[in-house]
Amino acid sequence: MLKFKINGQPHEAEPGTTILKAAKSLQINIPTLCYHPDIEPWAACGLCVVKVENSPKMVRSCTTAVVEGQNYITHDPELMEVRKTVIELMQSNHPNECLICARNGSCEFQDISEDFCIREAPFTRQLKDLPKDDSTPSIVLDPRKCINCGRCALVCQQLQDVWALEFINRGYDTVIQPAGGVLLNESPCIKCGQCSAHCPVGAIYEKDETDKFLSAVRDETKHVAVQVAPAIRVAIGEAFGLEPGTLMSQQIYTALRMLGADAVFNTNFAADLTIMEESLEFVNRLTRGDNLPQITSCCPAWTDYMEKYFDDMIPHFSTAKSPMMMQGAVTKTYYAKRVKLAPKNIYSVAIMPCTTKKYEINRDDNMHASGYNDVDLVLTTRELARLIKRAGIDFLNIKDGIVDSPIGDYSGAGTIFGVTGGVMEAALRTAHHLITGKNLDNVNIQAVRGMEGVRVGEILLGDAKLKVAVAHGMSKVRQIMSEVRLARMEGRESPYHFIEVMACKGGCIGGGGQPYNTDEEVRQKRITGIYSDDEKSVVRCSHQNPDIIRIYKDFLGEPLSRRSYDLLHTRYQPRPLYQK
Amino acid sequence: MVAGKGIVTRKVALSDNLKAFIEKWQERPGNLIMILHRVQQEYRYVPREVAFEVARVLDIPLAKIYGIITFYHFFKLEKPGEINLHVCTGTACYMKGANELISKLENLLDVRAGGTTADGKFSIETVRCVGCCGLAPVLMAEDEVYGKLTTEKLQGVISHYT
Repeated sequence: MLKFKINGQPHEAEPGTTILKAAKSLQINIPTLCYHPDIEPWAACGLCVVKVENSPKMVRSCTTAVVEGQNYITHDPELMEVRKTVIELMQSNHPNECLICARNGSCEFQDISEDFCIREAPFTRQLKDLPKDDSTPSIVLDPRKCINCGRCALVCQQLQDVWALEFINRGYDTVIQPAGGVLLNESPCIKCGQCSAHCPVGAIYEKDETDKFLSAVRDETKHVAVQVAPAIRVAIGEAFGLEPGTLMSQQIYTALRMLGADAVFNTNFAADLTIMEESLEFVNRLTRGDNLPQITSCCPAWTDYMEKYFDDMIPHFSTAKSPMMMQGAVTKTYYAKRVKLAPKNIYSVAIMPCTTKKYEINRDDNMHASGYNDVDLVLTTRELARLIKRAGIDFLNIKDGIVDSPIGDYSGAGTIFGVTGGVMEAALRTAHHLITGKNLDNVNIQAVRGMEGVRVGEILLGDAKLKVAVAHGMSKVRQIMSEVRLARMEGRESPYHFIEVMACKGGCIGGGGQPYNTDEEVRQKRITGIYSDDEKSVVRCSHQNPDIIRIYKDFLGEPLSRRSYDLLHTRYQPRPLYQK
Repeated sequence: MVAGKGIVTRKVALSDNLKAFIEKWQERPGNLIMILHRVQQEYRYVPREVAFEVARVLDIPLAKIYGIITFYHFFKLEKPGEINLHVCTGTACYMKGANELISKLENLLDVRAGGTTADGKFSIETVRCVGCCGLAPVLMAEDEVYGKLTTEKLQGVISHYT
């Protein structure tokens, strides 16, 4: 341990600890706009400068490690003045459009400007005239507002290994955009939206479609059916000042009805449906020994990535659609029939933690299995929170709501889809039943839980010893896929039987459409929230969900039946990059 | 790292020399900038489709290549004219009338500095100090240095190459 001082206060830290982190552990916040714990610090914004006693130089605390015996000054009038000038300079080429900005009220730059009591603009404003890129259905890149903090590009490269964004040009002319002069929809972008969740300002943000929701509820011919994904309920409270992980399912149901929804469902129900299809598919592959490993397909960002970079894995992909698409398909068929509505009059909305979902609903014709758009509109958690505020709903104090049957109730297995390892665990709970005819004594499968980027383990299902792997955060996937490829090239048996991949760190709870300021601690709390929802569920396995039993009995027949294939399964195709 | 594999663009075959160079440098640290230098040496700029091909061969994201070629002024993304006229705008040349030279050249060739004539024959570029301030103002046409230049002499320089 190194001994040093911060503002005269003795402190200790491991070698390599940065001044910024050491100060934080003493409850001292040094301002910064480029630092984010998810990426390597790279000292871009210059706000985090601190003084080292007896040295004339100011150093950037995000990249400078503490040294034994030194005393660091983090705040004094001179430092505050220097930081204020840095902010004023940044403001001088930032549009003064706060009132009509996507980040109005949630902007880190706005907050810092307020903290520094900036009331004048001492430098002449000089703006760049750069066009917006709204080529994808998911996110909008507005380079005029970019402060070149680099978070989006570094998240895209380091966390997601996608490289859709890069620093182009240099100095004042630097812009963050795709390489080769293409738009985002022609770039490697998988629409995961992690850029938008990490941007401190309004330079890259989710495409807001809240007005479409309001138009739909105004249209009297439309029956608006809304599904809510598992990860929403443990995160949306944050937008209303609650702790991450606070379970808000009941409040969401009520709020959606107040907003004008005619029916409210849980995507968790379709997650149970996914498990029914995917575990039988898995058991069949295991029995026949072909196309192993089976790879999960519920994450559309991962599917997009696979189609671009690992198209040789297409045969390994589960053909099961994502829960959102399954829910949409049964909403406009099974549900429509039961409530005697024409599917064309149903407007199907999905509340998702994810921006890729906005792309997924039209990714190919299989997404229109009901003969219509199975899902008409996707809103992210952030958009729903704004809608609730716009509608004047006192979200924290509204009374509990209920979901609609027969496609609303879910098992604990359906809810854990929202976290890394959850799809695997849910599938194993049901696969165990399929293989052994018995339910697990203890359904908590600890081996697949946790936050390590890649987790591998062996699971016993009856006599079968399964080798499984779980990866989350796109940059963790390559390692596992390479192992599978290598084994195939060498004619060896696959090192894994079953692989779960989620594009975002922590799984959907860390999705690109979730409330801002997500970091490791926030992700962990949301995960705890999801597992508590599972723990308190009476039914813990998908195959025991009474609504699931009923939909097979009344409508689908068996898992993998003809009708299931038509409605609940899909195909994949290679999508070469830069097809321009 | 994301594979450049799968990228589809107008396919281009790299020359054997270039392929051999890439192979030689493939595993070395700092290889990318060396390879891009070599590309520019061969094509006089970094053509888009060659950038794609290099990404594919090296199995690196295209973003890494564009990060470099748009950062360093040395790299060109557009094809320069057959004869590249570099007008020095270093301090000495600037004082001795580099700006007048540029205006006159722009008039004579009907193209702005930084651009290439419609027939692809000439391009005009400004550079900072070519290291012979005693000859200011200076213009370099490819490897040829024209010192103590005046606007009157420019037509002669151009005629030399047409």
